[in-house]
Amino acid sequence: MTAQALSHTETPTEPRRQAARPSDQENAPLLEIRGLRKRFDLSGDFLEQLRFKGGRLVRHQEFVHAINGVDLSIRRGEALCVVGESGCGKSTVARTVMGLLSPSAGEIHYDGTRIDDLSPKALLPYRKRMQMIFQNPYASLNPRMTIQQTLEEPIRLHHPDWDRERVTAKVREVMASVGIDPEWGARFGHEFSGGQRQRIAIARALAVDPEFIVADEPISALDVSIQAQVLNLLMDAQQERHLTYLFITHDLAVVEHFGTRVAVMYLGTVCEVAPTRTLFATPRHPYTQALLSAIPRLEDDRPQPIRLTGEVPTPVNLPSGCVFHGRCPHAEARCRREVPRLVAQADGSQVACHGVEEGRL
Amino acid sequence: MALLEVRDLDVRFALRQGEVRALRNINFTLDRGERLGLVGESGAGKSVAAFSLLNLIAKPGYIAGGSIRFDGQELIGLGERRLRRIRGNRVSMIFQDPMMTLNPVLTIGEQMVECLKAHRRIASREARAIALHKLQQVQIPSPETRLDQYPHELSGGMRQRVIIAIALLLDPDIIIADEPTTALDVTIQAEIMTLLLELCEKHNVGLILITHDLGVVSQVTQRMLVMYAGRVIEAGPTREIINDPQHPYTQGLMNALPQMATPGSHLNQIRGSMPPLSQLPSGCAFHPRCDFVTRADGSERPACSRQVPDFVASGNCRVACHMVAEMLAQEAATEEDRP
Ligand SMILES: Nc1ncnc2c1ncn2[C@@H]1O[C@H](COP(=O)(O)OP(=O)(O)O)[C@@H](O)[C@H]1O
Ligand SMILES: Nc1ncnc2c1ncn2[C@@H]1O[C@H](COP(=O)(O)OP(=O)(O)O)[C@@H](O)[C@H]1O
Ligand code: SF4
Ligand SMILES: [Mg+2]
Ligand SMILES: [Mg+2]
Repeated sequence: MTAQALSHTETPTEPRRQAARPSDQENAPLLEIRGLRKRFDLSGDFLEQLRFKGGRLVRHQEFVHAINGVDLSIRRGEALCVVGESGCGKSTVARTVMGLLSPSAGEIHYDGTRIDDLSPKALLPYRKRMQMIFQNPYASLNPRMTIQQTLEEPIRLHHPDWDRERVTAKVREVMASVGIDPEWGARFGHEFSGGQRQRIAIARALAVDPEFIVADEPISALDVSIQAQVLNLLMDAQQERHLTYLFITHDLAVVEHFGTRVAVMYLGTVCEVAPTRTLFATPRHPYTQALLSAIPRLEDDRPQPIRLTGEVPTPVNLPSGCVFHGRCPHAEARCRREVPRLVAQADGSQVACHGVEEGRL
Repeated sequence: MALLEVRDLDVRFALRQGEVRALRNINFTLDRGERLGLVGESGAGKSVAAFSLLNLIAKPGYIAGGSIRFDGQELIGLGERRLRRIRGNRVSMIFQDPMMTLNPVLTIGEQMVECLKAHRRIASREARAIALHKLQQVQIPSPETRLDQYPHELSGGMRQRVIIAIALLLDPDIIIADEPTTALDVTIQAEIMTLLLELCEKHNVGLILITHDLGVVSQVTQRMLVMYAGRVIEAGPTREIINDPQHPYTQGLMNALPQMATPGSHLNQIRGSMPPLSQLPSGCAFHPRCDFVTRADGSERPACSRQVPDFVASGNCRVACHMVAEMLAQEAATEEDRP
C-alpha cells in the first residue's frame, strides 16, 4: 500500500501567523524585564539560621539564586518562548512577571509603567490585562467549584458592575470559544479529562479579555494528540484576540512551531535571545547548540548530540563567571572569571558568550 | 527461537465495579540483542505490559491468559522463587523514577553489593569490585566516591546512570526500561539514551524501551509496537512505521507533532481523547476518533464500530484496522484480475 493512499488527513498548510498588530506600537515593548533577580532564602527564620561553630553562635544563611540578572522585552503581538532545562528559573520569571513573587532586584515595566512595586490595588487593572496559565491542569482548578463558578470568579473581580445575565453570557461565550460545551457549566473539574481541564484553564484566563498571557508549560502534562489540540487553541486565541504571549516550555519542537522569538535560559540567566528561525538555523551560544543537538529526531540517523561534560551546578552555589563554563567545550580563563553580557549580533540575535564576543566561536 | 516470545497476553483488573480488561492479545517476540520500542499515550497500558512480562503486576491486576516464553521456559504459572531468579538476574527493569529502584537509606555501594549477593554466592570484596566496574561502565564521574554516597547526594542524571549500572549488574539478557528519561532534561536524556544504546550493543543485551517520545523510539529501536487502549494496533520495523505509518492512530500521532506542520500553521490534531480501559467503545477502540470510518466514496464501514479488527500483514508490518484490511483486499483483487 502506498503512503498517498493514507495521507488524506493532512490539511493544507496555512501561512505563518503575522504579529497581531502592525506598525506604530511595534517598537515600544509591551513588557520589559530589566536586571531581574530573585533569590529564595533556604535558611528558614532567624532562630533556624543560628549555628554553633568554633565555640560561638554564627548566623548561617543559604540562598537559591533562581534568577540572576534577566533582561527581556516582549513586543505586542509576539509569542516570546522561554526554553531551558528544569530548574533554570523559567517559572520564577513567569511568577515574578505576574506579581506572584516580588523580585529581589530589578524592574518590570508593563506598557510603559513600572508594575513590580505597585500596591495590590494599583496593580488590579494590570492583573486584568495580564493572565496566567499553569502547567498542571489537575491542580489549577479548584475541586470544590463548578466550571461556571471557576469562570465567573475573575469576571466578577474585574467587572463588579456587571449584572448576573451579563456575567453568565460571558461565561458561555468563553466556554464555547475554547471548545467546551456551555451546558457543562454545572460540572466539576474532576469530571473532565486533562486536555479539557486545560481548555477550561485557558477559558478562565481569557474570560476577562486580557491582552497578555503568561503560559507556564501549558501543554507539558498532556499527551501528543491533546497537545496539538491545545496548541491550536492557543494559536487561534492569539489571532482572534491579538494576544501577546510569554510562553514557557522545555519542548523545542513546540518553540520552533509557536514562537516569534526565543529566549534560552541556563541557571538563572538568559544566554541567547533570537528570532525563532535564526535560533534554529544558526544557534550561537554553546549551550543553545548543545540543546538543539540533543533533540531526538525522527529522521534516520544516529544521535550525535554535542557531549557536555560535568554536571549541572546548583543555583545554591553559583559558579563564577559564565554559569555554563563548567560544561562548555569552549571555556577559557575569562569565562571562569567574568560574567558575559548579552550582546546584539548582526543577525538580530543577542548572545551572552565571551567566545562569540571574541569572534572565536 | 526468539529469546522472548509473548503470545495472546491477557491482563485484567478485578475491580469492585467489575472486571476491566487491561491488555488483550499482546503478541510480540524479542531476539537476543534486539531493541524493541513500546509507544502509546499515557494510560494505553505500556507499564502494565512491562510489569506483566515479569509477573510483577500488582493486585487487583492479574494475568488471565496467554503465554510468555523466555529462553524456552514458560513464565506464566511459574513459581515465585524461580521467577525471582529470572528477575534481576536475566531480565532487569529500569523505571522512570530512580527511587523505585534505589533505597534511600543505603549507599549506592551497599545496594549494589546486596543485589549481587542476593543472586550469586560471592564475597563482599568481589561484589564491590564488580559494582565499581559497572559504575565505570556507565561513565559516572569519580565512581569510587559514588559507592559511598546516598541516592539523595546525586543529581537526577547521575541517579539514572546508577540505575543503569544496577540493571547491568548481573549481566542480564534483557533490560525493560519504562520511560527511563522522561523526567530528565533533553541534554541529559541524550547522554543517558546514548549510553544505554552503546551498552546494550556492546554486551548484546536486548532492550524493551517504553516511551511516548517517537523521536527516542526512532533513534534507539529496531522494531516497535504502537499501543492504544490496551491493545497493540501496529507493529513492525521502526523505520517503516516512522516513515510510513499505516494505522490511522499512528498516522494521527505522527501528524500531530509540531515538526510535521509548517511553523505557525495549525497542527493536525486528533479529535477527542483515548477512552479509559473501563469504557472502551465497541469495535475498533479508535473508531470514535477516526477519520476513516467513512470511506473515500462517502459510505460507512460498519465493521469499525462493531467488530474488533484483526491483524493484517502490510509489508513487514502488522496492522489492526478494517480500513487497511479492506484496502489490502482490494489491491489483491485488482492484482488477480490482471491477466
Ligand atoms: N519557593 C521556592 N523556594 C526555594 N527555591 C525555589 C522556590 N521556587 C523555585 N526555587 C528554586 O529556584 C530554581 C528555579 O526554579 P524554577 O523557576 O521553578 O525553574 P524552572 O521553571 O525553569 O524549572 C530552582 O532551583 C528551584 O528549586
Ligand atoms: N493495578 C491496577 N489496577 C487497576 N488499574 C490499573 C492498575 N495498573 C494500571 N491501571 C490502569 O491501567 C491503565 C493503563 O496503565 P499504564 O500501563 O500505567 O499506562 P501507560 O504506562 O501506557 O501510561 C491506566 O488506566 C491505569 O490507571
Ligand atoms: S478500524 Fe476503522 S476506526 Fe479503527 S482505525 Fe481502522 S479505520 Fe479507523
Ligand atoms: Mg517551571
Ligand atoms: Mg507508564
